[in-house]
Formats: sequence, C-alpha cells, structure tokens
Amino acid sequence: MIAASAPVKEQKNYLNAENGLKSWLLTQDHKRIAILYLLSVTVFFIVGGLFAALIRLELTTPAGDMLDSNTYNKVFTAHGVVMIFFFLIPSIPAILGNFLLPLMIGAKDLAFPRINLLSWYVYMLGGTLGVIVLATGGVDTGWTFYTPLSTTYSNGYVVLTAMAAFVAGFSSILTGLNFIVTVHRMRAPGLTWFRLPLFVWAHYATSVIMILGTPVIAVTLFMLMLERGLHIGFFDPAYGGDPVLFQHLFWFYSHPAVYIMILPSMGVISEVMSTFCTKKPFGYTFIAFSSVAIAVFGFLVWGHHLFVSSQSAYAGMVFSILTYIVAIPSAIKVFNWAATMYKGQVRLTAPMLYAIGFIGLFTVGGLTGLFLAAMGLDVHVTDTYFVVAHFHYVMVGGAIMGYMAGIHYWWPKITGRMYNQLWAKVSCCLVFIGFNLTFFPQFVLGYMGMPRRYHVYPAEFQVLNVLSSGGAAILGLGYLIPAVYFLWSLKYGAPAGDNPWGATTLEWQTSSPPPTTNFEVTPVVTTEVYDYTNAEVPHIV
Amino acid sequence: MQAKSFQLFPEAASSIAGQVDALYAFMVLISAFFSLIIAFLIIFFAIKYRHRPGIKPTFKPADDHSIGGMVLEIVWTAIPLAISMVMFVWGVSIYFTESRPPADSMEIYVTGKQWMWKVQHMEGAREINELHIPINRNIKLTMTSEDVLHDFFIPAFRTKADVLPGKYTTEWFRPTQTGAFHIFCAEYCGTKHSGMIGTVYVMNEADYTVWLAAGSGEGSMAEQGQSLFNQLGCGNCHYSNVNNGIGRGPNLNGLYGSKVDLKDGTSVKADESYIRESVLNPQAKIVAGFDDYMPTFKGQISDEGMLKLIAYVKSLGLTYGAPNTATPGTVSTSATAPTAGRPAAKAATSVSATPVAGNK
Repeated sequence: MIAASAPVKEQKNYLNAENGLKSWLLTQDHKRIAILYLLSVTVFFIVGGLFAALIRLELTTPAGDMLDSNTYNKVFTAHGVVMIFFFLIPSIPAILGNFLLPLMIGAKDLAFPRINLLSWYVYMLGGTLGVIVLATGGVDTGWTFYTPLSTTYSNGYVVLTAMAAFVAGFSSILTGLNFIVTVHRMRAPGLTWFRLPLFVWAHYATSVIMILGTPVIAVTLFMLMLERGLHIGFFDPAYGGDPVLFQHLFWFYSHPAVYIMILPSMGVISEVMSTFCTKKPFGYTFIAFSSVAIAVFGFLVWGHHLFVSSQSAYAGMVFSILTYIVAIPSAIKVFNWAATMYKGQVRLTAPMLYAIGFIGLFTVGGLTGLFLAAMGLDVHVTDTYFVVAHFHYVMVGGAIMGYMAGIHYWWPKITGRMYNQLWAKVSCCLVFIGFNLTFFPQFVLGYMGMPRRYHVYPAEFQVLNVLSSGGAAILGLGYLIPAVYFLWSLKYGAPAGDNPWGATTLEWQTSSPPPTTNFEVTPVVTTEVYDYTNAEVPHIV
Repeated sequence: MQAKSFQLFPEAASSIAGQVDALYAFMVLISAFFSLIIAFLIIFFAIKYRHRPGIKPTFKPADDHSIGGMVLEIVWTAIPLAISMVMFVWGVSIYFTESRPPADSMEIYVTGKQWMWKVQHMEGAREINELHIPINRNIKLTMTSEDVLHDFFIPAFRTKADVLPGKYTTEWFRPTQTGAFHIFCAEYCGTKHSGMIGTVYVMNEADYTVWLAAGSGEGSMAEQGQSLFNQLGCGNCHYSNVNNGIGRGPNLNGLYGSKVDLKDGTSVKADESYIRESVLNPQAKIVAGFDDYMPTFKGQISDEGMLKLIAYVKSLGLTYGAPNTATPGTVSTSATAPTAGRPAAKAATSVSATPVAGNK
C-alpha cells in the first residue's frame, strides 16, 4: 500500500503480506487486529466528540434554546456511553497493547490469536447495538444508568443500550485474558519479569482489572435488563428492591474501569519518558509495582461515589481512607517520571510533549480527586461540574493525552513512516491550551454549585460556560490536525527506519512496519531493560 | 444572592460553609504547591538536560537502586501519605458534623418528585419549590422521593443529600445569612432535571413567624396525621391512649425514637423508616408479643400522607404519659372497635375495608 515511493522490492511486512478485505477481516495477526481496532475506535471517538460539541454549543447560553431537554439528556448520555465503553476502555489496550505487547516481549503473536479476533467482532457487535440505539432515538439515563430512573421511568432504549455495554464488556474480558496468558507464557528467552518494559506491567495490571471487574458490570447490567423487561425486583423499591444497591454494583466495576483507562496511558508515558530522556525510568520497580497497587486498591474504593447516597458514615470513612491510599501510587509515578528527566538527555519531540502534557494534566486530575475523597468537601462538590472537570482531567487530560503520546511514539513503527514533527507539536499545544480552557472553568463552576447534567442553568454561570465552550473549539481543532498529518504521512512521510527514536525496547529491534511474524529470529535478551549504554541517540527536536 | 450576573465563588450562608471553604482552601494550596513543583522540575530539567548531539548519557541505570534513590522514593511516598491523612481526618470531621442533625433541630419534611420539591412544615404550611426558614436555627430536613432518585442541594449552605424512594434521608443546616439562595436537584432525575430547582428564603425570626402563621390553615402536620390515622382505622388495633392498655397492635405512645424488641429476638430503633416500613410492609418486622395480622397499607397512603402519619406518631412520643393534644381517645369511639381479646382474622378484615394488594 505504500510501495509506490520505493522502487526497490519492498520488504514483506504485516501490511503488505496479504491484500484484500478478507485478509483483514479474517486476520489473526495481532498487528492487523490492532489496526481494525484503531479504525473502529477512531470512528467512535469522532461520534463521541460530535456529541460533546453539541453539549458545549447548547451550554453557551443559560436557556435551553438549541436542543430540547429530552434531546440534551440523550446527547450527554450518548457522549458518555460512546466515549467510555467504545473509546476510552478499548483505546490503548486494544490498539497499542494489541500491537505492542507481543513485540515488546519478543513473541510472534498473542497467546490466542483467534480469541483476539473474536474480541474485535464482539466489540463491533456491541458497537452496532449502540449505533442502533443512537439511530432509533437514543436513551436518556446518563451513562451511569441509575435506578429506578433507568428501570422504570426512562422511556428510551435502556435494555438495548445496556446490552451494547454488556456485549462490549466481553471484548474487554477476552483482551485481558489474552494479555495475561501472553505475558506469563510467551516472553522471549532471558526476558525476566523485571526486564519487562513498564508498558507491559501497566497492561498486565489493566488486564487483571478487566477480567475481575468486567463480569460484575455484566451481571449488574443483566439485572437491570431483567428488572426493566420482566419487572424482577432488584433495585426499584416498587418491586421490593433497593436503588442504592445498583450504585454499589455499578461503581464496583466503574471505578476500577477508570484505572482501565488510565493505567495503559501511564504505561505509555513510562516508555516515552525513558526514550526521550535516554535513561532508564527512575524507580523502575516502584513504577511497576505502583501499577499493580492501583489495580488492587482500585477495587476497594467504589463507595466514595456514595457519600451522599445514604451510605453509612463509617463505611464512608473506610472508602475515603482507601481512596487516599490508592492516590499514593499515582503520586509515586508522577515523581518518578519527573526524576527520570534528571541528568537525562531530554529530547522534546512530539510524543515527549504529549507525555509532558499528560503529566501536567494528570497531576491536576489526580490532586482534585483528593478533594472528592474528603467526605465533608465531597458533600458540596459531588454531582457538580467539579466532578465533571476532575474526571475529564483524568480521562481526557490523562488517558487521551497518553493515547496521543503513544500514537505519536509508535506511529513510525506501525506504519513505517514519519509524520511532521512541527505540526504535531503545534497540535499538542492546541490540545493542552484548549483542554485547560475547557475544563478549568468547570472546577470553579462546580464549587459555585452548578450541578452536572443541567440543560438549563442560572445566568450567573454563563461567563464560565462560554469560556469552556470556546476552549472546546480549540481542543477540537487540536484533535483534528493530527488526523491530517497522520494521513499525509502514510503517503508522503519519510521512511522511519527500524528505530527512529533511539529506543531500547524490543519492538524497535525489528523492522518498521514489522513482518507478520514480528521477528526474523526470536530475540534473546541478555541485558537489563532500558539499557542506553551503547544506544545511538538521534538528535530529533 | 441569585441576582448577580457573574461570580467566581459561592456565598457562604450556613454554619458549615466556613468549615467546608477552609478545607477547600487548604486543598487548593496543597494542590497548587505540588503542581508548581512538578511543573517547575519538568521545565527546568527539560532545559538543563536538553539533548546535545554527541554527548553520551552520564546517568547509569544502576544509579536508581542506590541508597539515594531509595531515600527519595520513601520521602515522596511518606510526605503525600501524611498530607493526605490530614485531608482524610479533616474531611471526616466535617462530614460527621454535616450528617448528624443537632437534637434541637426544627423539622421540615421534603418530598421530591419528577420534577418538583414539595415541602411540609410541622405547623401545617406547605410550599412547592420554595423553602422558608428562620435564620440561626438548626433545620433538619427529612426527605423522600415519590419516584426516582433526587438530591436536595443548596450550594450556599455547602450541603446536599440524595432523596430516595422508599426510605428517608436527612440533611441539616443552620442558615447564618438572610436572603434567597438556590435549591438544585443534584441527582440526575430525567427530562426536566435542570428544572427541578427552587429557592430557599432565609428570614429573620419575626418575618418567619408571620409567614408561618399565614400558611397553617389546614392544621399542624400532626393534626392532619391524626385525621388520616382515624380515616384509615389505625386506632382499631393501635390503642395509642395509655389508659386503654394493650391493643392488638403495639401501643404507639412514646414509640418514636425508642428501641423496639422484635419477635425474632432482634431489636430496632423506631425511626421514620421503621414506621414507614411497618405501615407499608408490616410483615417485615413483627414486634415481640404480637402476631402477624396487620395488612399492608401500600397504595393507600401517599408519601406526603405518610409523613403526616409519622408526624402524628412522633407527637405521641413527645407527650408520653401526659394528656396530649392529639387526644388519642377518639380512636376508641370507632364503630368497628372490637371487644377485648385478639380475634386476629376478624380484625384484619375489618381494618382493610378497601381492597389491599397483598404483600410481596
């Protein structure tokens, strides 16, 4: 597909090994499956982004003058469902994780290539159900599906939406299972656990959450469908149920799900920081174990979503202190990343700028999480725009910045081409500025008391909402520019070479794009991870 | 005040607001401090250690495992942990103040429904989407929902609580400033969620008394509860007059707030939720010494009516052992009042004159 510019017989790689639609739809190559995910996840990102644009447009004025209330509610529900279940959760693991995990451990593929392909089809099935919901009228429950609104009072397609998330969940479970087995069984000779790149550690921890947490949301959504469809009482007091039970079950998955979104990003940042500081990440073992600690403690904090939901004050105390404890591993990572730059050889490439942006925004997102963990303060700020701002700093400022850093970092490996560094840096700056302008005012709005999911709001909140909408426009532009230079690079980009950044991990030891079997010869690892002693460090600025 | 067109910080109009704002200010300062340190280090290192072609890295991987590296890791684990424990304790202490209404609180009942707030004052005044309260008094709201989850949020008071169907939650505050402040529903509740708003009017004591007197035409909540009590025939079994001794149902005098021993050997505190459950789902908890023959009143009493009944039962508690204004003696004049003994089956049918759905 990119052979035009290379008159000499081009080396066979995973992209040109076979041709035709069938060779893609029936592929068992983890790299091709990653590309399938890349395309479909990008479509959902665009869809979710368009819904975000509608929300920000509506909120430029206090009155509900562009959309009616019912439509507005459907729009923010669609934004949440699409972004969380169909973009954020699969983004890094299913695209970058799928592509890189076998390469990083010197394997030919994942342990179960057919299950890997199945996971994509399951994801697409869930996505199709979601699209059917959107096309036939939508749903207005919010992505949280709180009962009894969702089971009794909402008149949207609740069961179908829940089914879409339910089905997509199985795709996560299959991916997680595949990663865990692969990391255990398929590491190259000499690649001990403490020689694994931190990206692999992060994905291992993420996979544990995926396989332990996702079944719980599946069961919860199934109970929701039973109550809605057959009036079997679990949650609605009218049927003898308890609405708060739903919140416990929902957040038992959905809080750890936040770590499904952020841990892979942290893995990306560790790789990018190491490569562009030309140095082993400071505190490698601390970063590795902090991923595991986040995965474990992440399961014990769900009740911090219920401080005002009539939960016992003593239960609340336990959830509050555990929430502070789960914040510590994240702080450790941030300090270690900063320390990695110390006495390094820092190259401010586009991926590095995205990584630095990640650290800045994630730091704010993480610190504001501490506000919400403080019970007495949470009573005031929960369910307000403060929460909206906080989780966007973590999920957009954190997870998506990390995703962008990763795409920019591994694009040369995935496509074999370089993109324009200058444009990439410009778009990174636009994203950083636009993001802060969009979401920082929302902290102020939230503390002033503007509740989330408000279609119409009092006039004194308008100025900050207009700032936020203006920022969203810049942010949107910042996301649009990469689409242009990435597509451009496919045809006109300079050939990347095997290791354009001077990185040390195994995926850079093979050709770009890699051959179908990943390595001509199975690599044997004899050195420590991130050993730059004999590395060539190209000067890319 | 609501009229301002632009502001960056909410008014602080309750006794708790200052405490919440103080913790907030502390956390903003801590966050700003750490954010600036991280930002400074990253920018400083990025410049100072920028890559220069031809120079080999000077920092060897092994250095990470040095004593110095270990000390750093311990320091930046311990310091954030210690600071976060301060936040934890501080947050908990405010929460315990917020979640425990003082004993002398004035009680007001709130019922949420899609998409309005209905407020009942003990003295009988009722209002919709408005709440009139006196300044400098502890106010306790007892709240329930007729349909989905709601949340009663007053930003100027820095407090909120979810409002749930099928049970009661409470919220309290002491307003410290007169004026009008927003009430928002903070838990997403469907189409007109953002229209489920109202205004709380904090008045000085004199104005409040005038306002309250104007709105109490139907009698106090307890009086209204008593007529409902009679209408439903509750007194046929629950002799609430101490002089009438024991009926087929437990005596209700002094019930509210007391410890009730149950047939299964456990005991329960008689709060609003217990009284509600005993009326709507009487089989759930049988009082020791009594049989399970009370029918459910599910479907016959609205949520607001239930609050009136509870107010009545509470009023009985307040005057235990003394002649009370509720004159429970009226119940014994009821035509269907059985004679002595406990003819269970017969009594049950006589009480449920209207069709009643069976318990689930």
